[in-house]
Amino acid sequence: MELNAVTIGFFVFSILTLGGGIGVVTTRNLFQGTIWLMVSLFGVAGYFVLLSAPFLAAVQVLVYIGAIAILITFAVMLTRSVTRINERYIRTIPSFVASLALFLVLLFGITVPIFGDYPTEMAPTVVMTTRDLGVALVDGNGYVVPFLLASVLLTAAMIGAIFIARDEES
Amino acid sequence: MVPLWMYLAVAAALFCIGVFGVLSRRNAVAILMGVELMLNAVNINLVAFWRYSETGTPLLLSGYAFTAFVLIIAAAEAAVGLAIIITVYRNRRSVIPEEADTLKG
Repeated sequence: MELNAVTIGFFVFSILTLGGGIGVVTTRNLFQGTIWLMVSLFGVAGYFVLLSAPFLAAVQVLVYIGAIAILITFAVMLTRSVTRINERYIRTIPSFVASLALFLVLLFGITVPIFGDYPTEMAPTVVMTTRDLGVALVDGNGYVVPFLLASVLLTAAMIGAIFIARDEES
Repeated sequence: MVPLWMYLAVAAALFCIGVFGVLSRRNAVAILMGVELMLNAVNINLVAFWRYSETGTPLLLSGYAFTAFVLIIAAAEAAVGLAIIITVYRNRRSVIPEEADTLKG
């Protein structure tokens, strides 16, 4: 594996993603945890750029860093005044052991090629553009049914969130 | 070029960090943040598999389109989840999931 821009980018984004993730689960202040979450999600957006999916990277920044992180920030601010949580964790040791065991199992499955060898090179030509994705989303042979269902789901989630979070008195 | 298994390894590590956060944090908002990490790990896997497999025709977009749908699901999940957390907090003055036990027998 030679040292070029892609490799360096991969390691930088790995550090961002995993460091941000560790910051999310270890920080005591949840507001800082939200910032770490943004760092981690930005690293994931960088992966999407490396994997030649720039549209997904833009959506990642817009939806995750722009919308979901702000939503979580609001939730943290709305619920923090009476947070009498002294300890961060519950069941720390079993959780750590369980997630470490899961990681080892996954790493075993990844590095040992049970299902045959992995491709080490990317597919050489990518003719996929955002236009192709848009065509596939409304194509009868493509993803038109999941696309419509996703629209219904988003509408239902929006109405449901407004209904659930509404103040009863007002 | 970075081989495929390194992407998968990073995604597995991110997923397990998310699992640890979901299992161990006491604050419900922190649990939701762990779920977001897990969803992002899955997204990395989907895009990496898509990129390293044969991509030639426009309709072979499975990984790409699945990632877009996972993003949609994640947005809906965050909105509804945070609405539930805020409602529970308003009613019980607590964001600890163990204390929301009205439905317990």
